Amino acid sequence: MELADKGNNKNLLSILQDVQKECGYLPEERLREIAVMLDMPLIDVCGVATFYKSFSLTPRGRHQVKVCLGTACHVRGADRIVEELERKLDVRRGETSEDGEFSLEAVMCLGCCAIGPVVVVDGKYYGQVTTAKVESILKTIREAIYAR
Amino acid sequence: MPDKVKAERIRNSKDLEEVRARILQSRSSKIPCIVIPSGTCCQARGSSEVACAFQREIEKHALGDKVAVRVTGCGGFCQTEPNVVIYPEEIYYQKLSPDDAEEVILEAVLRGRVIDRLLYADPNTGERFTHLNDIPFFKKQRRLLLANNLRVDPTSIHDYLAINGYNALSKVLQEKTPDEVINEIKQSGLRGRGGAGFTTGGKWELCRKARGDVKYVICNADEGDPGAYMDRSLLEGNPHSVIEGMIIGGYAIGASEGFIYVRDEYPLAVRHCRLAIEKAREYGFLGNDILGSGFSFDIKISMGAGAFVCGEETALIASIQGERGTPRQRPPFPAERGLWGKPTNINNVETWANVPLIMTKGAGWYSKIGIKKSKGTKIFSLVGKINNTGLVEVPLGTTLREIVYDIGGGIANGKKFKAVQTGGPSGGCIPSSLLDLPIDYESLAQAGSIMGSGGMIVMDEDTCMIDIARYYTAFLSDESCGKCLSCRKGTQRMYEILTDISEGKGEEGDIELLEELALVIKDTSLCGLGQTAPNPVISTIRYFQDEYEAHIKEKRCPSGVCKELISYYIKPEKCQACLICLRNCPVQAITGGKGLVHIIDQNKCTKCGTCLEVCPPRFGAVAKLSGKKAPEPVLQGTEVIRSRKTDVNA
Amino acid sequence: MLTLRINGLDVRAEEGWSILETARFYGIDIPTFCYHDGLSAWGGCRLCVVEIGEGESAKLVSSCTYPATEGLVVRTHSMRVIAARKLLVELLLSSCPSSKTIQDLAARLNVQKVRFKVEHEDCVYCGLCVRICAEQMGAKAIGFVNRGGKIKITTPFDHKSEVCRHCGACMYVCPACQLRCQGAEPPGVVCGSCLSPEPTCLEFYPDLMCYMGAEGNCGTCIREKPKRKLRS
Repeated sequence: MELADKGNNKNLLSILQDVQKECGYLPEERLREIAVMLDMPLIDVCGVATFYKSFSLTPRGRHQVKVCLGTACHVRGADRIVEELERKLDVRRGETSEDGEFSLEAVMCLGCCAIGPVVVVDGKYYGQVTTAKVESILKTIREAIYAR
Repeated sequence: MPDKVKAERIRNSKDLEEVRARILQSRSSKIPCIVIPSGTCCQARGSSEVACAFQREIEKHALGDKVAVRVTGCGGFCQTEPNVVIYPEEIYYQKLSPDDAEEVILEAVLRGRVIDRLLYADPNTGERFTHLNDIPFFKKQRRLLLANNLRVDPTSIHDYLAINGYNALSKVLQEKTPDEVINEIKQSGLRGRGGAGFTTGGKWELCRKARGDVKYVICNADEGDPGAYMDRSLLEGNPHSVIEGMIIGGYAIGASEGFIYVRDEYPLAVRHCRLAIEKAREYGFLGNDILGSGFSFDIKISMGAGAFVCGEETALIASIQGERGTPRQRPPFPAERGLWGKPTNINNVETWANVPLIMTKGAGWYSKIGIKKSKGTKIFSLVGKINNTGLVEVPLGTTLREIVYDIGGGIANGKKFKAVQTGGPSGGCIPSSLLDLPIDYESLAQAGSIMGSGGMIVMDEDTCMIDIARYYTAFLSDESCGKCLSCRKGTQRMYEILTDISEGKGEEGDIELLEELALVIKDTSLCGLGQTAPNPVISTIRYFQDEYEAHIKEKRCPSGVCKELISYYIKPEKCQACLICLRNCPVQAITGGKGLVHIIDQNKCTKCGTCLEVCPPRFGAVAKLSGKKAPEPVLQGTEVIRSRKTDVNA
Repeated sequence: MLTLRINGLDVRAEEGWSILETARFYGIDIPTFCYHDGLSAWGGCRLCVVEIGEGESAKLVSSCTYPATEGLVVRTHSMRVIAARKLLVELLLSSCPSSKTIQDLAARLNVQKVRFKVEHEDCVYCGLCVRICAEQMGAKAIGFVNRGGKIKITTPFDHKSEVCRHCGACMYVCPACQLRCQGAEPPGVVCGSCLSPEPTCLEFYPDLMCYMGAEGNCGTCIREKPKRKLRS
């Protein structure tokens, strides 16, 4: 990562990105450390951390399920897919299931419009998803989990 | 393809000529080359596995010196991925699986036989095409930028040098003064490809004239419009073209540092850019005393973190500075006071990519492409309910009809065209009555839309325009930074009214209230996001007022989308009791049995549409109704009427 | 010194003045909400918008942040501006009808109706509290978190602040907190009793009848019609 000089506000975003990558979220302790390190008011660090969607202040699930809600996928019925997943995983979009297994996220455009609607589970892309296919996708994932 | 010639620092333009000559010599142009596009969307469809299969087969048959393979960025015809193009004949094979690799190499490449089943077939006529340039999708395009995506492996600087890469930079540093460069860009008529369409040359001039010895150039790669991915494909596929453009721009403006601000949802683009920057430094195109000219320039990558508003210049600058992405008042403009208070020039990815092209071929040549006030080509992402989904590069001034029908192959599944949404959430919908509109900055603005970054979402008769307006308003409301009352609260209130309309709670006067809100939000918001947020609402009211009225007065959704206004109904006379819908209903709302008519319990039904999806087409028993209540169900246990023509077990 | 034209008048401004400061210097009253003399200009409420430029390129900008520039043509009360201000106040009212400051603004701008679902929020995100805490108190105990519809003003992690000195400046400057109005009652939500510009006594008397210095702020004095009409 191309970093400019550490030790000033200039790099807050890239530092937060590194922590997000490392921990899967931004723990409160780390944010306090960052505020001290950069000599910034803590509320400013929180303000930045909560402004950007890439950051999460709460831990995410072990498995990330992302549904593309870009316009092209939307006109192909992506909304129904998200609702179906919310029902089947018993979790609302943007949140993590109680057992910490799944986080469901609606994302804006993965740039794979040709195969929309698109669902990505742990980096694996599923294209041309329909509400009927959701069950089989989840089945595949659950089988992989139990196989561990 | 690993670079065979050793890496070395190029000290001047003579060196560059020599290195280029050596590279070209080390490559035999006579052996066939299999090009495998492998951008993010291609990989999502399995192009990596296909590429591996090809490499495996070549090794297996020891054909390393008889057949070359090049893995590139996005080719543009996304519909056909994973695909390969075989040079030099440019034979195009689509939808390959790894198992096809052996056959393609042995039959097609070595024995020169064309494999019919892998050729692209026109969805309307069934006609098959062998060569890339014959395929209707490509024929009408003018791929000045995209064509290079197939000519270079983005991880190889040698590929870029082989196609005369960095030649423009060399010419500029040797022969032109900064003012001459700015003049050339001005004369070319290049306008910003990110959306607003300011004359690039004029923008550069403003920044050049600004006081200060520290200046910056920025590449805005925060392509936030959903459905737009042109910038991603340029950065993934040909990052050096953008880098070269930025170095030239830095020279012209007097900046010694550049930033590429790229959204973090594009990890492959970030990787390829970083690699390209490293290589450019290794070869001396970035760093001190570039090509012996005395000019120094370097580029850093800054990643976005998921905020659409950071595509706006002042918000982008705030983001790089580690702040919340809140736009600020202009004046002062970034050209005078931008990043860290210094004069800054920000341009879009595609704008930068056009710069080496213009400096190589000249403003005179460039200004002949396009039409009067809109010169050059533009890349559009043609997506949605269209047959040929992909990236399309055409001269500005091409009509919408040509893009949708000649290149796009018309509407998928035989449906009727309804509208094209251009410019993303800041744009508007163009109806069928304006299909002959030439695509240029002014015409689109007059029609109530904008060029934007180039997204073109095609919609058909099954798309509800209120749903679209609501979708975009929700998106913008979510992405609003929240500073301006008009944008933050205004979009929320517009969303509430649109939701009411979509749920059958619309009232007389709602359209007028939406228009009033739209005007004030447009007038009083600080930045481009707020100022253009009402566009989807305004344009759908302008062209589809009848749909609004149907929702409000008749409580009917003509396209059958708005859930509260539709109901699913199984026609008892058509139902053949096959049990498929019953088994697939996610909320078990369907009752019935073998030989007994299936009935949907309207109270349990969640309108997911699965039953309509799975009912076998030969029965066609499920209907979607709107504007009237579903008929009373027949009694439980009613037997089906067996149709002689249909057989459940067939 | 710069020369610019406000409402047809040629006025002079110092380098660095905003349009709002210039207008106020000349006694031209532009309504504001998130602006405060002792704090930096935020430009979030958009109430102070004025129309600048002429013809097709005329546009609205917030006068508190837009710098007075040489030759600028400004209209502080054009039709476009008035319509915008009224709707903005309507948006404020529909969020926080119990704020006297907002009700007063509504009365001043003659906003008679609220056509949106009424929410009873405690905050309209004007940012005055954030700015006074940062700039006047030097504490930076509170700030904006999240964005868009989810935006809020709070302490880090919503915990009790470690740097707050309990000065009360935030409450002092808050237009939603101070002077919680008792007058606004559903279903109308528009009050207007305190600052109504239409004195009712003139319907019955030839002169304003208020002798208490509260001229023009009536509506509360004349409650019943006098026994005979005294019109001269």
